[in-house]
Amino acid sequence: MSIILDNLPGVVGSLPGGSGVIAKADDMINWARKSSLWPMTFGLACCAIEMMGAYASRFDFDRMGVIPRPSPRQADLIIIAGTVVKKMADPIIQVYKQMPEPRFVISYGSCSNCGGPYYDSYSVVKGVDKIIPVDIYVAGCPPRPEALQFGLLQLQKKIEQMQMSRGGGASPQQLKGSRDIGTAV
Amino acid sequence: MTETTHPAPQTLKSDQLFVNLGPQHPSTHGVLRVGLTIEGEIVVKAVPEIGYLHRGTEKLAELRGYHQCVVISDRWDYLSAMNNNLLFCLASEKLMKVEVPERASHLRVIMCELNRIASHLLFFGTFGIDMGAFTAFLHAFRERELVLDLFEMSCGARLTYNYIRLGGVMKDVDDKWLAKTKEFLEFFKARLPEYDDLLSFNPIFLDRTKGVGRISAEQALSWGLSGPMLRASGVSYDARKWEPYCTYGQFAFDVPLGEQGDCWDRYYCRVREMHESVKIVEQAIAKLQPGPVLGKGVAKVPKPVYGEAYAHIEGARGNLGMHLVADGNGAPYRLHLRAPSFINLAMLQEILVGERMSDVIAILGSTDIVLGEVDR
Repeated sequence: MSIILDNLPGVVGSLPGGSGVIAKADDMINWARKSSLWPMTFGLACCAIEMMGAYASRFDFDRMGVIPRPSPRQADLIIIAGTVVKKMADPIIQVYKQMPEPRFVISYGSCSNCGGPYYDSYSVVKGVDKIIPVDIYVAGCPPRPEALQFGLLQLQKKIEQMQMSRGGGASPQQLKGSRDIGTAV
Repeated sequence: MTETTHPAPQTLKSDQLFVNLGPQHPSTHGVLRVGLTIEGEIVVKAVPEIGYLHRGTEKLAELRGYHQCVVISDRWDYLSAMNNNLLFCLASEKLMKVEVPERASHLRVIMCELNRIASHLLFFGTFGIDMGAFTAFLHAFRERELVLDLFEMSCGARLTYNYIRLGGVMKDVDDKWLAKTKEFLEFFKARLPEYDDLLSFNPIFLDRTKGVGRISAEQALSWGLSGPMLRASGVSYDARKWEPYCTYGQFAFDVPLGEQGDCWDRYYCRVREMHESVKIVEQAIAKLQPGPVLGKGVAKVPKPVYGEAYAHIEGARGNLGMHLVADGNGAPYRLHLRAPSFINLAMLQEILVGERMSDVIAILGSTDIVLGEVDR
């Protein structure tokens, strides 16, 4: 409860006969949303190894409320870690659509940002944002686990600004500041 | 495969069912898709489908110069990138007839063996997860981070190193690095028995892996398997021992062999290889003499060469080979990789048949494939 008392800017008080919270619904929902972002275990290439590093002993993603889920149905967040090739584009769109709203996307690594070292390859999609909307881009080849954790903190800041009046969480990705979705490859 | 380890019961007949495994599945170690046809609980047909990570790197190598190809090679088998660097450099050095100083050769061996430890540690952790033992993963990653720290000290990168260059290595290591490596080896040697207590002889783990996915020596040879997959079946072949490259001929080490060729043997071969890698690194550090780390007359942009070269090394996953054809341009005319993961993966369509559905992940995990190398 002390976290809520410290962090919520809204009016917080005890109700008679028990404890309760009076706060702006947006603040409350966003606080809950950002504190338990469950990503899908979805590794594509090299960056997935650094992502595993972020989950494991030294970097310990659990302390940020990040617990990997094996199914897209249970996940809020998909971390695109690795090169997106044309054959993989369809499964990624499919998996993305299987996730419940609101869903967030972190593009982790140069390959999924823009093609990276495969900028001139015939089989690579030059950036995952060509097929699904991206919330946060993490740069590097591969980025360090700390970079992913920083990216997640940035995503939390973004979630704090979400408003129910603008779509109740299921707001269009453009409102969240992502680039427009182009046509699928 | 005529004899199945778990024969289907004759009395119960059920329809065949198609089960799709992957490409998004937490235990396929990447983006592998396996189409499984099952009858009851027994797999009757398994078709691995690859290509979900085909980045066209063999073609890209024809556009890049020789020194730039090293960067691409990092990303084939991203778990043991040093071995890939080494392979490309060995093949091009053969072509360009470049001499490598002894200190550089020793450093290459040290880095490759440390990388093998890091790679096998990741296998140890993820195979544990596949079998439902999560704790092993945390233990493995604790040690793996220490190896990555060493790489970071020597070349600045954690995963894709670009450390081994044409004619030598990028940068010499200092005494501080050597002291830290020795410290790590002492720490790691004390951890190895813990792994046996934690996972290797855990009764549940033994139940899941002993006698599952057996590969006979004849099968292993006829499918062209290599690395721990081959040695687990009792065939003693290790390029480090039989056709030594770099300075491997100077070191004493054993080649761990399995007997049954089952999942546990494949697992335990890799665990024992980590013991051997520790031995090799210790000997190589003792033999390290001061000297140059880059051969004389190695041009920053290599001169045009003609000809063909084939080099092969013992990577973390098996016999890694490269055929390089040069036509006098700044870039290779053709580069072909003999990827051990790709060849080991082909075996799946035979050994998965007749196994139980629940053992599929155990067998898949024990092959230790890296999809970056399978698809390239």
